Amino acid sequence: MIASTIASKIAIVDYGAGNLNSVKKAFDYLGAEVVVTTQPEIVATAEKIVLPGVGHFSALGGLDNTGLRDSVLQGANSGKPFLGICLGMQWLFEGSDEAPEFAGAGIFAGRCRPFPSSVKSPHVGWNSLTVREGSRLLRNVAPESFVYYTHSFQAPVVAATTAATEYGAQFSAVVEQGNIFGVQFHPEKSWTVGLLILKNFCEVKC
Amino acid sequence: MLTKRIIACLDVDDGRVVKGVQFVNLRDAGDPADCAAAHARDGADEIVLLDITATSDKRNTMLDVVSRTARCLFIPFTVGGGIRELADAEAVFEAGADKIAINSAAVKDPSLIGKIAARFGSQAVVVAIDARRMNGGFEVFVAGGRTPTGRDAILWAREAAACGAGEIMLTSMDRDGTKAGFDCDLTRLVADVVSIPVIASGGAGSAQDFIDVFRDGHADAALAASIFHFGLENIGQLKRELQAANVPVRWPC
Repeated sequence: MIASTIASKIAIVDYGAGNLNSVKKAFDYLGAEVVVTTQPEIVATAEKIVLPGVGHFSALGGLDNTGLRDSVLQGANSGKPFLGICLGMQWLFEGSDEAPEFAGAGIFAGRCRPFPSSVKSPHVGWNSLTVREGSRLLRNVAPESFVYYTHSFQAPVVAATTAATEYGAQFSAVVEQGNIFGVQFHPEKSWTVGLLILKNFCEVKC
Repeated sequence: MLTKRIIACLDVDDGRVVKGVQFVNLRDAGDPADCAAAHARDGADEIVLLDITATSDKRNTMLDVVSRTARCLFIPFTVGGGIRELADAEAVFEAGADKIAINSAAVKDPSLIGKIAARFGSQAVVVAIDARRMNGGFEVFVAGGRTPTGRDAILWAREAAACGAGEIMLTSMDRDGTKAGFDCDLTRLVADVVSIPVIASGGAGSAQDFIDVFRDGHADAALAASIFHFGLENIGQLKRELQAANVPVRWPC
């Protein structure tokens, strides 16, 4: 198992989407200093921001309604390390066909779309990563490592994609651009591979 | 490539892992947290914990056991048994479950599926179906296999999926604990009519049984309990045999 004692003030943004305990538990296990918060002020003062989320893209409306959207965007734009998980990663794109009325952050080009009809949806289970060289988030992660997915919509492969996964077609598994990171899978549920990825995020310097 | 999942199931009664044959004659198999951690290390892709007497005893899920088991478990963790309403599900998620499994309560009130899905997402709602061969079809039983419902299992699976279930956990009561192999006919009938993943359960006895249920039963995942707890089948060894048969699995773990 991966263990470390990293002191890092990480805000896990709670905007009312699903259950954030698993994400907090994984960071706790790694020894990171984390707080789950609904408060924009706490997000504003954190050193790093994690935007988790599972379920429907419309849940991201919770960000808009609570004033969290501005604090998260300001943090990400100011160079703070930011990690979006699942819906939190999809939010980095322009939007999703799942809930066209909600805008994403638009940091990456393109929209999230459903899987092709040739495959079952949702995509649930362990699938492998095709890793590009130079990924900071995937440092020391073996090529073709397996991670756990559960989602019905997928983000396109873009210039910032550092790992792709195949399901019906290739989609973005990991995106990275400067201080901004996103993972479509659930690192907190991806055993030692996932813990290593979260540890790498803890160790990213501002 | 998306892999087929091997799920280790902990049937828990009074805080201990137990295992019966066709849902009765229970035998002690250890502490839930210890068992879950051991299975995760051996290569289990997920852990399911079922509080098998919660519904029949009319009490809520053992939250302390859930919380203790979840603490250091970094693979998906599903909890079922005794979840009757949204508040029960909330408490189980709060205790550390990633998904909940509902069975009797969903049959009684299918709208519960949608209520939990609206709050926690469809991916977090597993509808468990216990089915027994009856008059050429498959009948749904509830309350830990104690009560027949007169409902057809395949129709119920479709309805549950339409209500917002994220996965179907399908147990053959005829095969449960027998090690005679999964019921591939039942599994295929359900897997072919729903677009959500189907977890086959009941009857695992050998690696060949898993190969059969993935190939012939069209299962997305297969669940077993006793063969893993009592060391009859090591999950790592099972996965190597699946790989040799060209069934895609997560290996090495």
